[in-house]
Amino acid sequence: MKLMTWREMPIATAVPWPGCSRQLITGTWRSQRPVLDPEKCTHCLLCWLFCPDLCIPLSGEERLETDLNYCKGCGICAAECPYDAITMRPEAEFTASHLEEVLQ
Amino acid sequence: MTQALSLRIAAMTGNRVVAEAMRQVNPDLVAAYPITPQTEAVEYFAQMVADGRVLTEFIPVESEHSSMSACIGAAVSGARAMTTTSSQGLALMWEMLYIASSLRLPIVMYVGNRALNSPLNIHCDHTDSMGARDAGWIQIYSEDCQELYHNIIMAVPIAERALLPVMICADGFTLTHTMERVELLPDEVVRQFVGEGDLHTFPYPLLDLDHPVMLGPNALPDYLTEHRYSLHVAVEAAPEIVRQVEEEFAALTGRTYGSLEAYRLEDADYGAVVLGSSVTNLKAAVDSLREEGFKVGVLKLRLFRPFPAQEVAQALAPLKGVAVFDRADSMDGAGGPLYKDICTALFDLPRRPFLHDFIYSLGGRDLFVEDATRALERIRALVEKREGRQAVSEYLQVRE
Repeated sequence: MKLMTWREMPIATAVPWPGCSRQLITGTWRSQRPVLDPEKCTHCLLCWLFCPDLCIPLSGEERLETDLNYCKGCGICAAECPYDAITMRPEAEFTASHLEEVLQ
Repeated sequence: MTQALSLRIAAMTGNRVVAEAMRQVNPDLVAAYPITPQTEAVEYFAQMVADGRVLTEFIPVESEHSSMSACIGAAVSGARAMTTTSSQGLALMWEMLYIASSLRLPIVMYVGNRALNSPLNIHCDHTDSMGARDAGWIQIYSEDCQELYHNIIMAVPIAERALLPVMICADGFTLTHTMERVELLPDEVVRQFVGEGDLHTFPYPLLDLDHPVMLGPNALPDYLTEHRYSLHVAVEAAPEIVRQVEEEFAALTGRTYGSLEAYRLEDADYGAVVLGSSVTNLKAAVDSLREEGFKVGVLKLRLFRPFPAQEVAQALAPLKGVAVFDRADSMDGAGGPLYKDICTALFDLPRRPFLHDFIYSLGGRDLFVEDATRALERIRALVEKREGRQAVSEYLQVRE
């Protein structure tokens, strides 16, 4: 992402672009990744309810894969899941390809 | 133009004259908390609001942290906001002071200078506002009630053009509670000078509902440097804005102040530098020493932030020695705050005057002409090596 110069920045570092927080990919902060076991998941949606970053998208009444662009790996979903369907795994176990993708 | 103005002559204290100036400015919001010695300014103004003499929304907040927060909230919404404080109240505002300047909000604040606790002292020194000298606020010190009145009025366009908050300082009790003859401008002249408040003076007002904006966002290592640099540039540009506003004010009223005033310095050998009401005492000392043939003068510094280093250097360069009068001690073993700034201003001169710092009149102790005279005689003795010194800074009136 190209960074603005001080002249390009709005005065007082105002942010006059509503919704621009979507452009800030905070998933890069994550050191633990929630991995869902679809066999165990009953779509009770407690994970969706508890996720503090709204990272669990829904399709109808079923949850989809965690949105890794914004998931910071807090582990609340895994702790709350009554069916042990979510496991926290070290981020290092995954290839860097996803990060590279989102950083572009 | 000056002739045409119908001035109202009144006897008013500093606090009263500030309330009068605020009434004439008619800001959208005043949020203030009473604290000695500024209390009466809030009381007078609150009475004016209650009596319907001014349209301002007045918020009697529960603390100074809240008064500055309310002013910030109003200013980011696009309102013209003013407040007043002193001493502990200013200290309680601390974190909000930096937010006001960083958000580039044109808030005008009257500060009745007073010592900081402990022990409890309600009288004047500059420890309170000196602590805020790096907060990104413009600071202007007033010599008398007339100047204080004019400073409050001029602060409004200065703040709004520079997009920086302005602190107008006045010595506690010496000005805040001392009745002087003041010439008041007609209301419509003040209103015209400060103009109508404009929602878009601050370019991203929250009340511009068609253009939603976020203020005070995260700015991490990738952006904070650019943010601070932008403020740095604004502060550098501020003295020229102060000069322009003063020029316009002079055209309207015939009153000229300037960032600083050199009094009898043109042929002087020695000089003093001082802020606030003590300028008058120094002028009296200079006049009496001049009669004895001692060629001395005084530099009155009015604009303290941003510091007019070049003008200070120009005014002091020809002198043999300069006594710096600091009404606060930095408590760092390296001299008072004004002393250090004067050092900075003079450092690049090919030939510098000798400097010595006098910490004086803490907690409201009077500065007698004899005290000022003693300091000017001591600076001469130091330059002539008839006396020595143990440090760059000494207390002028301490009992040993």
